[in-house]
Amino acid sequence: MTVHVPDIRIAQTQPQFQPSVPAGPSPPHPVAAEESAIRKFLLSKGNSAGADRAFHVLMVLCALSIFAIVVLIAYELVMGSHLTWVKFGFKFFYQSFPSPYGEGRMYWDPLNGLFSALPFIFGTLVTSAIALVIAIPLAIGLAIFLTEMCPRGMRAPLAFLTELLAAIPSIIYGVWAAFVLVPLLREHINPLLTHWLGWTGLFMDDNPTGLGYLAGGTILAIMILPIISSLSREVMIAVPHSQREAVLALGATRWEMIRMGVLRNSRIGIVGAIILGLGRALGETMAVTMVIGNTPEIHRSLLSNGTSMAAVIANEYAEASGDMHYSALTEIGLALFMVTIIVNALAQLLMWAVTRGTPSQTR
Amino acid sequence: MSAAASDFRSRMRALTDDAVTTLAFLATLLVIAPLVAIFGYLLYRGASSVNLDFFFKIPKSPGEVGGGMANAIVGSGVVLAVASAFGVPIGIGGGIFLAEFGRGTKLANMIRFTADVLNGVPSIVMGMAIYLLIVSPKHSFIPFSGHFSAFAGGVALGIMMIPTVCRTTEEMLLMVPHAVREAALGLGIPNWRSVLSITVRTASPGIITGCMLAFARIAGETAPLIFTALGNAYMSASLDKPIETLPYQIYIFALSPYEDWHRLAWAGSLVLIVLIVMAVSLVRWVTSRGVLKGNS
Repeated sequence: MTVHVPDIRIAQTQPQFQPSVPAGPSPPHPVAAEESAIRKFLLSKGNSAGADRAFHVLMVLCALSIFAIVVLIAYELVMGSHLTWVKFGFKFFYQSFPSPYGEGRMYWDPLNGLFSALPFIFGTLVTSAIALVIAIPLAIGLAIFLTEMCPRGMRAPLAFLTELLAAIPSIIYGVWAAFVLVPLLREHINPLLTHWLGWTGLFMDDNPTGLGYLAGGTILAIMILPIISSLSREVMIAVPHSQREAVLALGATRWEMIRMGVLRNSRIGIVGAIILGLGRALGETMAVTMVIGNTPEIHRSLLSNGTSMAAVIANEYAEASGDMHYSALTEIGLALFMVTIIVNALAQLLMWAVTRGTPSQTR
Repeated sequence: MSAAASDFRSRMRALTDDAVTTLAFLATLLVIAPLVAIFGYLLYRGASSVNLDFFFKIPKSPGEVGGGMANAIVGSGVVLAVASAFGVPIGIGGGIFLAEFGRGTKLANMIRFTADVLNGVPSIVMGMAIYLLIVSPKHSFIPFSGHFSAFAGGVALGIMMIPTVCRTTEEMLLMVPHAVREAALGLGIPNWRSVLSITVRTASPGIITGCMLAFARIAGETAPLIFTALGNAYMSASLDKPIETLPYQIYIFALSPYEDWHRLAWAGSLVLIVLIVMAVSLVRWVTSRGVLKGNS
């Protein structure tokens, strides 16, 4: 049997095989690089060629629909925000109005036709900044612990727990934040912050609710932690062992090995992970909406009520009062869309640059 | 350098090392703490309210005690079914293109990049785009358009599934060995048949895993439903009408001033998280067994 089979194969393939091997550059083939006459013959045979072409086109259409979705979102948002853009132009993002009710400045009053995105941009930036300040050290600490220090047996369960943290929906974070985190901040943390750090002006106890920028930023931090830490962990694992061994051989302690061997080699990837976390923080809606206080004002104190771009859309879009209000909210959505696209593209490019540069031996 | 100075330096280095180890350990504890707190609180507040009423009754009017979230559970089922019917085939098709037809081409790279970026677009923006596309204007060529509907909510969630499904499908298909494809083609099977019945079939455990991950992600989405599915206090399974969904009802109930609605919100959260954790654990279990084991 074993002797027989090769003979048959040669005898059968020889007549078709030899004469039809193409001399010039072979046309690109979808499945494999090497061109074989048998395959070509089989592919062109019978009525399957038409079905194949139809299938190919169908799959291309599915893939192209991803482009179409992005273009469609952009088109709808640009068209929907036309009114505000014509009326305010770029001023929409930084203007303020004298209050129609007396003293002070106002930013957002749909009933009086006053629209400015400034308090929302401010709230989004402040909550995201708080989230990053809290999350970055914790996430990197966790990633270091998991890759370099943790006993082997604990690694998988801990990684699974952080993955679970990423799977909890935003609304449940919101419910937990509203019923547990906010009272905790109100009763215990905020008075402490006011007492010790009140002199900075960032923590003024003028808000008895416990809601506000700090509550929003804290829940955001918990939400983006797993993203930053799991991606950082991935790039840290990708650092070749020889790097660690080389530093250790020079007599370094474990921290010096982590600093010089691991962190230095994976810093671009870690920055990419942080930017991805930022992208999530900027667009996060429900949890922030439930704890930020939803007042379109700008405050220096992090304990004050505020609002964010996503929060105002969630609160007002379903029942906006009039075309101008819709248009203004849509323009905020458009800004959010563009910012998150840029941030995510940047993070993606960084992550790609890192994984492409990784030597293959590491995996 | 004197001996004392060098001794001091090495002691400092050892101290720094210990300090960093402690800090990393503390960071891990601090990350695990909210997880434990969230699950503990969900169980503590929610478990007592998850009973038969919760699954079979619709909510009572504000202030009254009792009732459940039957309408939201049915509604979530309807919306998620629409989303999967819409998102899964397109996502798998895109993944097949990336892995089988477009390997290494510029178009495939661009699509891969766009999918990854689309994955990061905030869900509220998706909802807004669907509102502007389907809910607000009346189109003759889009069914159920012109008003809030379960269909619009399903489309918004379906779009969010596409990038995840597409990328995991691609990754799983790339793991199928070339020999399998060649064997199929060698038997004279047309290419489309070989892709669908051999390659995709071989990778199907991994593809199902990807679909479940995408499903678990959109099952808890609230933001895009606020102005597409809108919510509905009564039982409805119609695609043409506003519909209640579990995450949205949790949102409304949690922000309401009624104690009994808070109780239902906790129970709803518990049910939602149990479903999602089950899906994620199942996925984890399937992938840890080796996606292609026993198939190729």
